[in-house]
Parts: sequence; structure tokens; C-alpha cells
Amino acid sequence: MALTKQKRELTISASPHAHGTVTTRGVMRHVLIGLTPALIGSVYFFGFRALAVCLVSMAACFLFEKLWCVLLHKDDKTYDLSALVTGLLLAYTCPPTVPYWQLVIADAFAILLVKMLFGGIGKNVFNPALAGRAFLFSWPVSMSTWVKVGWENRAGLFSAADIVTSATPLASMHRYEMPAEGLWDMFIGNIGGCIGETSAVLILIGFAYLLITKVITPRIPLCYIGTVALLTFLFPMGNDRLLWMASQVLSGGLMLGATFMATDYVTSPVTKAGQVLYGVLCGVLTVVIRYFGGYNEGVSYAILIMNACVMLLDRVGRPKKFGTPGKKVAGK
Amino acid sequence: MAFSFFGGLHPKDNKAYTRDRQIEPFAAPDVLTISMSQHIGVPCEPLVKKGDPVKKGQKIGDSKGMCVPVHASVSGKVKAVEARPHVSGMAMMSVVIENDHQDTLCEEIRPRDRAQVDAMTPEELIAIIREAGIVGMGGAAFPTSVKLIGGIGKIDTLIINASECEPYITADDRLCREKADEIIAGIRLLIRILEPEETYIGIENNKPEAVKALQTAAGDTGIRVKPLPAKYPQGAEKQLIFAVTGLQVPSGTLPAAIGCAVLNIATCKAVCDAVYSGMPLISRVVTVSGDILREPKNLEVPIGTGFDVLLEACGLEGEPYKVLSGGPMMGSAQYDLSVATVKACNAVTVLGKKSRFHVEDPHCIRCGKCIDVCPMRLMPVLMYRSLGSNDVEEMKKMDLMDCMECGCCAYNCPAGVPLVQMFRTGKQKIRSAQQK
Repeated sequence: MALTKQKRELTISASPHAHGTVTTRGVMRHVLIGLTPALIGSVYFFGFRALAVCLVSMAACFLFEKLWCVLLHKDDKTYDLSALVTGLLLAYTCPPTVPYWQLVIADAFAILLVKMLFGGIGKNVFNPALAGRAFLFSWPVSMSTWVKVGWENRAGLFSAADIVTSATPLASMHRYEMPAEGLWDMFIGNIGGCIGETSAVLILIGFAYLLITKVITPRIPLCYIGTVALLTFLFPMGNDRLLWMASQVLSGGLMLGATFMATDYVTSPVTKAGQVLYGVLCGVLTVVIRYFGGYNEGVSYAILIMNACVMLLDRVGRPKKFGTPGKKVAGK
Repeated sequence: MAFSFFGGLHPKDNKAYTRDRQIEPFAAPDVLTISMSQHIGVPCEPLVKKGDPVKKGQKIGDSKGMCVPVHASVSGKVKAVEARPHVSGMAMMSVVIENDHQDTLCEEIRPRDRAQVDAMTPEELIAIIREAGIVGMGGAAFPTSVKLIGGIGKIDTLIINASECEPYITADDRLCREKADEIIAGIRLLIRILEPEETYIGIENNKPEAVKALQTAAGDTGIRVKPLPAKYPQGAEKQLIFAVTGLQVPSGTLPAAIGCAVLNIATCKAVCDAVYSGMPLISRVVTVSGDILREPKNLEVPIGTGFDVLLEACGLEGEPYKVLSGGPMMGSAQYDLSVATVKACNAVTVLGKKSRFHVEDPHCIRCGKCIDVCPMRLMPVLMYRSLGSNDVEEMKKMDLMDCMECGCCAYNCPAGVPLVQMFRTGKQKIRSAQQK
């Protein structure tokens, strides 16, 4: 009886009273870890400026979100680390020579307008990092100046002048020419391009990490990359189908986009069939833009366009609820 | 046999606390509170009044309609007949008995021998089961006699549920290991009543000793023990039927619609006791466990024993954060530890502060992990969105009413959205809209 006599504070709530170990913060941490190999690679290929760009972008995104919450008295959710993911991904889609101030404005656009104005994490329609990248094309020159890869040609931390520029494989292919770069260089990342997109192998390591930690399923990335591979194989613009296909798959932001951006929970469909369709359509749009668009890269716009279709795709492939086996059930 | 049903998950089962603890008889406390609401349906009317002497096993409450009687679990004197806290969180009419510790047995309780039982008709057996106050002991507390009457001639598959998929609980596991013969005897009585073509015992494969004990006891009776993958909620009726037979119970109907009946394993043991020893359902095995108990136990507890007495017997270490009737996935949190065990209460689980998980203003990140684990193959993420609109038609379209509230979605939600909790509110809205 002693127990009832003592005043005890017991918590009442509806079941369940247990919770799994996965949290939003944990998921975001996994994504950041998955992105790390590509970051290390970018420092190797482009010098410390690449790292500086990433850090500036992450810090800016974090601070903008914090500022929004404090100034507008909103519930502060910055501890979920999602702003850091946005910042890092946005930096990954920029050339290492991107001016810091332009990047910070893009960060503000991504966090304040694309994410927070829509209601914060989970409520945004478009992927903030990609929308930020699209915004950065307000300065097209910054976004299409490609440094020649290599330590000796690395850009200075504060001055991006005096660097040797080079073409990218995508630029050649946009002119329907076979790229000059070898497949191996494209695979390991020894080519010009954006900070986080060049090294397929390092992105694949991140991809494997996300699969192992069950953050993502391979559905969207495989459908996306598979569609691009199939279409470029069927309609090659060079004389070697296989080489053309491999170059298309390994160049530009396809690997990065398919692995880390098209799989963004918030802006991709939740049903399995919806995800397959989303991946395939991203692939189709990417190839169409790369072949016929004015700009040689199509990944970011393909994903942004598909982001807008997610509400529609969520209606596709709704699982058949338990208790509806075929047509035998009466009333269905 | 990796696939048993869609979705589901593997919560930390925490059964190691009590798995190897033999069932101990628990001495009845000085005062017992026996609720008149121990089953789904019409609550009992008290048959005794303050001051009346009662004997162990004496009927102290009964009513008409969907109702089965309740009995005194000890002998003594009626101290009060009044509303007392109930595990459901409400106050319910209860008979409070002061135990005289004599255990004077009611004269009506007489054992029957084998020949007597063998001569009985199914109707006579069902009458005994009703009078013994037997209800589904897995948690739902559906009157067993009602289920049996409704099932006669309609059941071709009888499934005995020994899955026990809730974390912490080992009451059924221990019962199978220690009382397998009684369980099988009870099942054979049920077979005589329902005359099914097939009888299975569905049990999770994380209880190998129980599987073995049941197989040995079943022998050549034709009762088949079916080990199933350990996955929550394997013990959910519709999921269990699917795992055993491959049939889906149509949405909105009961298992009888496809010729299945599911009974809990502890209920079978109670049936055996009622028929052979004549003893009504006045005690049951309760797992008292949790992460802040010195000595978690499996106890044979007289119905009406207070939670406080049980916790004291198992040695509480530190402040409890939540005290649950049942396990952490579907159990109900108690605010008053004077609540007493009821027939369907298979566990008292005490959780310490470290199991606290709460997110202020959670934001769904649309990860879809709730869809992956929903055993009813619903889309919790979109159901959640439909709740925001407050549109009853939209909620119905999202199949909110098919949710069985197992809690997998909320357990798995990284953002900490209280999904199933909100679905309960939504279901209530649909129900009240339908009543209008």
C-alpha cells in the first residue's frame, strides 16, 4: 500500500510507449556522413577552397534557419541538422570558384524562401538545395566556370583569379561530341565540374552507406540512373553507344542528384510505385534537357520539375490495404 | 518462412528480464478490488453488498446480454461496492473484498472426471465456460462463450494465439512451457465445440522451449504447432490468420467471415481449468517487468490484486515514468497504482525515465517509414495529412477505420509524430459523424 500513499508523478499517454532508435536528426547525420567521401575527394581535386565553400554554405544555412526561428518566434528545429544537409548539398552543386557572397544569397533563398516560408522541414515542395542552385544561375558565369582539375591549379581561398579553366565532359556531349576525358577519370572524379559531383566512386561509397544504414532504398536512384542509361544507350549521339552511355551516366550531377537529391524524403513520393515513376521520369527529363536544352546539365531541373509532381505521384501506387484480396471481397 | 505478414517491425523485445522466471503463485493481498467491467459488452451487476461474506470462486457479479460473470478470487468479507479506478483509465463499479486468508472454497466448485466431461454436449461445455467467466485473455477480453456460440458450425480453422509479440511479456511463453498439457486439454475441448477441420497453435519462433513443450503435449492429437517469425504484431488477429492460413480477413469483417476463430492460449488453459477442476477464472499469469524493477517476475495473480502490491513484490528501483497495463506497444498507461488486475491484464510494465521519448511540435519528413511497417498496408503519412483537413470523408477515403492501432507507425516515426494516437482521435471523429 505504501506505493499509493506516496505521491508519484506518473505520465499518462496513449500507446505506444516505446519508440525506435531512428530520429530525424539521426537520418540527417547519416546523410552528412554519406556526403563526406565526396567532400574529401573535392579537397583532393580542387583544393581547400572547395572545403571552405562547403563550410560557408552550411554555416549560412544553419544561421539563416536559426535567425528565422528566433526573429519570428517559431519553434527552433535547427537541431535536426537538416539545414546543414541543405547547405552542403547546395555547395556541392557549385563550381569551387563560386563567389562566397553569391553562395550565401543562394543559401538565404533556399532556407528562407523555399524551406521556412513553406512551414519548415517536411513542408517544402521543392528541394531547397536545388532551388538554391537554380537561383544561383542569376550569375550564369559563376555557375559555368570550370577550373581545370588538379592540385597545382587549385583556386585560392580568397581569390579565384588566375586559374586555368577547362571544359567538362557534359559540355562536349552537349555539342554531341564524345568527351575528351577518359572513363576512368570520370569514375574517380579527375574531371572538371561542381564540387561534389565529379567523383562517381566517392558518391557510390556514400550511396552504399545510406543503403546500409537504411536511410534510403535503391528504388529512386536505380530507376533514375537506369532510365538515363537506357535512353542514352538507345539514342547515342556518338559512334560508340556504350562509351556514350557510360559518359552520360558518369558525368555531370547525375550520380549526386540521383543518390542524394532525388531521394530527399520531403520532396519525393512516399509510395513504392510513385517512387519508381518519379525516378524514371527524372531520368527521361534529364536526358531530354541534356539533349535538347539550352544548358548542358539537366539533373537539377529534372528533379525540381518532378518535385512539383510529387502530390500527384503520391496518388499512384497506393498499396492495396490488408483485407482486399483480389475481387473476392464483397462490396469492393 | 521469412514472410508472415506485411509490414511490422522488431522492437527490442526485452523478454530476457522474465523469460527464465518460473511462474510463482502470488499470495493474495489483504484487500482485492474486483471490477465489474472485465470484458467487452455489458458490465456485470454486483450480486453482493457491503458486509456480505464471500467464498473463493463465488459468483459476485453477472448480468444479461453480452456478459459473463465475475467471481471472488479469495474468501472474506465485502468491504465496499463502489466505483474504483479501472485499468481503462475510468472509474468502474467494483466489489472490494477484505481477504480473510482462509481461501474457503465455494461449495459449487466441484471437479469433474474425464468420463463426465466426455459425456457433455458442446452446449453444456459452453455453459460451463460462460459460468466460469472466461474471456479472451490476450487483451481484448471478448467473452469466450459468445465467440464459441457464434462459431459453432461456421469454423473450419481454429487458431490458438501464442505469439506474444509485445515486448517484455512472457506470461504466455511460461504458461506454454509449464502447463502445456492443460493447454492442449483445453484446446481439445474447444475442438469438440467448434469441430474445425484444422487446428493450429501460432507461436513466434523466439520461444523454442514453448514450441517444444506444446509439440510434445500435442502429440498425435492433430493440433499443429506452427512456429512463426518473431515480428510485431504477429499476435494481431488478422495478421496471425494470414500468417497461418494465407487468408486475409476482409476489411470491416470478423475472422468468422472466412471460417477462422482465434483464441488466446491462456484462454485455453482457463477453459481446461473451468471444465475439469470447476474453477472459474479467478487468477491469471501476469508478467511484472520493466527496466526499473529489481526482480521482474511471472506471477500467478488473483484477479483484483492492486498494481502497487505487485510492484512492491518485484522491487521498484527509482521513480517510474510510466506504469502500463500490458506491454509498451499497446498497453495503457495508469495514473493511479491502486488499479487492480483484470482478466485480460497479461502484464504490468514499469518504464523508467530513460524510455521517455517526446518531440515538441513534430514535423513529418515524409520518409515513408510508417508505410513500410503498417501491417494493414495503409499509408499513415497521408492519413496524418487527412487529419489536418478535419474532413471526415477524406479520412474515410484514407481507410482510417482499418487502422488497428498497433502503433508500428508511431514507433518507427523518426520525427516523433504521434501517428496512431492521432488516428484514434480521427476514428472517433468518424464514428461520431456516423452516429449523427
